[in-house]
Amino acid sequence: MLVTLLLISLLAFLAFQLIPGDPVTKLLGSDYTPERAAALRHEMGLDRNVLVRYWEWLTGFVTGDMGVSYNYGMTVRQVMEGKGAVTAALSVMAWLLVIAISIPLGIALARWQGRRLDRVFVAMNQVFMAIPPFFLGILFTYVFGLVLKLFVPGGFVGPDKSFWGFLGYLIFPALAIAIPKAAMVTKLLRSSILNQMNEDYVRTAYSRGNSRWSVLKDHVLRNALLPVITFVAMTLADIVAGSIVVEQVFALPGLGRLLLASIGNRDYPVVQCIVVIIAFIVVFMNYLADIVTQTIDPRIRLG
Amino acid sequence: MRLRHNKNFTWGAAITAVMLLVILVGMVWTPYDPNAMDGKAKMLAPCLAHPLGTDNFGRDILSRIVEGAGATFVIAAATVAIGLAAGLVIGGLTGYYGGWLDEVMMRLNDAVTAFPSILLALVLIALFGGGKYKIIVALGVLFIPSFARIVRAEVARQKSLDYVASARLMGAGDMRILFWHILPNIVPVLLPSVAIGFNNAVLAEASMSYLGVGVKPPDASLGRMLNEAQGYLMSAPWYAISAGTAIILLVLGFGLLSEGMGGEYGAA
Repeated sequence: MLVTLLLISLLAFLAFQLIPGDPVTKLLGSDYTPERAAALRHEMGLDRNVLVRYWEWLTGFVTGDMGVSYNYGMTVRQVMEGKGAVTAALSVMAWLLVIAISIPLGIALARWQGRRLDRVFVAMNQVFMAIPPFFLGILFTYVFGLVLKLFVPGGFVGPDKSFWGFLGYLIFPALAIAIPKAAMVTKLLRSSILNQMNEDYVRTAYSRGNSRWSVLKDHVLRNALLPVITFVAMTLADIVAGSIVVEQVFALPGLGRLLLASIGNRDYPVVQCIVVIIAFIVVFMNYLADIVTQTIDPRIRLG
Repeated sequence: MRLRHNKNFTWGAAITAVMLLVILVGMVWTPYDPNAMDGKAKMLAPCLAHPLGTDNFGRDILSRIVEGAGATFVIAAATVAIGLAAGLVIGGLTGYYGGWLDEVMMRLNDAVTAFPSILLALVLIALFGGGKYKIIVALGVLFIPSFARIVRAEVARQKSLDYVASARLMGAGDMRILFWHILPNIVPVLLPSVAIGFNNAVLAEASMSYLGVGVKPPDASLGRMLNEAQGYLMSAPWYAISAGTAIILLVLGFGLLSEGMGGEYGAA
């Protein structure tokens, strides 16, 4: 995992060294003279070896010093303050919603397979999987914000003012991100359970007089959940990426909006930092998924 | 190739066929000029003359959506074409020859696929700027690893089969075996992933254009239209709803097709 993290951070760092356009030119603007540019370049350390700068940036990053924003004249850390919490809260909320919706629903659909409930939901699932989260967000803004007036579109309450108000403003964005993902997980869990139902051990369990429900609960679920857990862990990466877009729909002041603004302003230290943080989250989640599946299924550890 | 005729495939084929027909017709004819403004017909609700209403400049929304769907479709198709072509070559060669190059490519693949693709695309756009062609290249490059991975696994499996050995006995060279004998046999595995890749491309393009870093005016795109439409949600909700529905139909059609062909949706 460490090697992957190092590789990712190195790639991200190098990518931003290749950009056409010199930050020094932008910073100086109309004050540009070759002497001043050289002086500033030296001051910012841009005239030294790339690998040396990478090492400094990396050690700084690990200890919490993430460099200085070109645009705001503050450290990257100050710029990101409070924004990370919004994105983190939104992503975790969406992720928990995915789990809370899809696990019971997937089990229920498999339990009552072929009944009307199952057929309706399987058809609806296909549609829900095709909805882009940001369009769902726009629909929510219209239906719940403008028509039903459950929230003020574009409004936001910081967690320091009112914690519950903060969570309230995150509910609809989180749902917009969660519903398409939940549809995928539901479908995966349902088919995973139905696959397991054909195994020999299920027949054995039935023949010992277990009901369909107890076979499902005590025997099948443990096996059927394995592929689902891996998938659910990996969706967190997509959810974080999805929140970049959905934050824009609901005008939430999170990392996604900062990222877009920084891309527009060519504020590369900020962009670089956000990208590496998100990549780290992704790698870490995959690692965590591996550990969890190993704990549930000891056979994987041997392989 | 024998297609399994099931409900998913039939519905997917029907939806995709209708969308393709609309897009093709839209390339030569739309009810109105998508960019023609009409000061007397601003913000009309859906009516007989304008089935999906008009926008704030009095432009016919149906015509704009048909044009936007066409643009989105072309971008997604071009993206998939780039990813697939490069993925076939890279995956084919690494899968066939193996060795250290294979190892290196696969590690690189892992690193790239660790990022959510929209994030990487945003970074590429940040580095090189937006616009229609840059979006196609950026997304296309990002799609290479997932195609290369599928092709590689399948080629590695097929190369030890008997028909490859018999082709080699008949004196066929490596390239002939790879692209003439093996390639047709991996098409059935590849097709569902192509459909899934297409959907991911549509969603990525729509999201980026919605964020304002994708397609730039005057080029149309469904994502950009949603961005515009959000400002008029209160006065003209049909604008956003019809643009979003067009995206959903495109994605739904290909998703069902892919599923009908035996692919697992959402797992590209």
